Amino acid sequence: MFSVGLIAVLVSLVLAMVRAIMGPSMFDRVLAANSTATLAVLSLSLLGFVTGRPDFLDIAILYTLLNLVGTIAVLKYFHPGES
Amino acid sequence: MAIFIDILSWASIIIGGVFCIIGMIGLMRLPDLFTRLHGSSVTDTLGAGFLIFGMALQSGLSLTTAKLIIIFGLILLTSPVATHALAQAALHAGIKPKLTVDKTGGHIAGED
Repeated sequence: MFSVGLIAVLVSLVLAMVRAIMGPSMFDRVLAANSTATLAVLSLSLLGFVTGRPDFLDIAILYTLLNLVGTIAVLKYFHPGES
Repeated sequence: MAIFIDILSWASIIIGGVFCIIGMIGLMRLPDLFTRLHGSSVTDTLGAGFLIFGMALQSGLSLTTAKLIIIFGLILLTSPVATHALAQAALHAGIKPKLTVDKTGGHIAGED
């Protein structure tokens, strides 16, 4: 059951990768990276259930926090000087 | 009872996967940055929500469910913050939304 969800998440990862590669502006690439990180969190959780080791959820929690920090850090780089 | 929980979990995981694919198709095919934000938010709320609900039904009342709820709460907190910061940075960088009827009068919020 979880492998079906994992396959769906991997297909959507491929679609997000396509947008990240051909995005016209840099913001499209940042958005695609953000979606990729969310899908990576979901696939980590599903992979933990597929292999019967739900300890992977700790890595997923950590990756969610890193996702926010990474996105905000890249966006602060884009308009420096304003709060 | 167990077969009922299994059926509900199956349905929820399949719906979550379908919503993930729908959101990413929207991220690929929508014409504008600000509409692609909408496609991304479909994956972040409905896709993640249904997938995590299906996993939580399978693991029952345990520490795993608590971790899954924490993950979903973190996604719900951080994803709107990231997309709002992205939209504001794009407006400041001068990317105009694609409009059929311009009701802003040439003035876009965020620009002075």
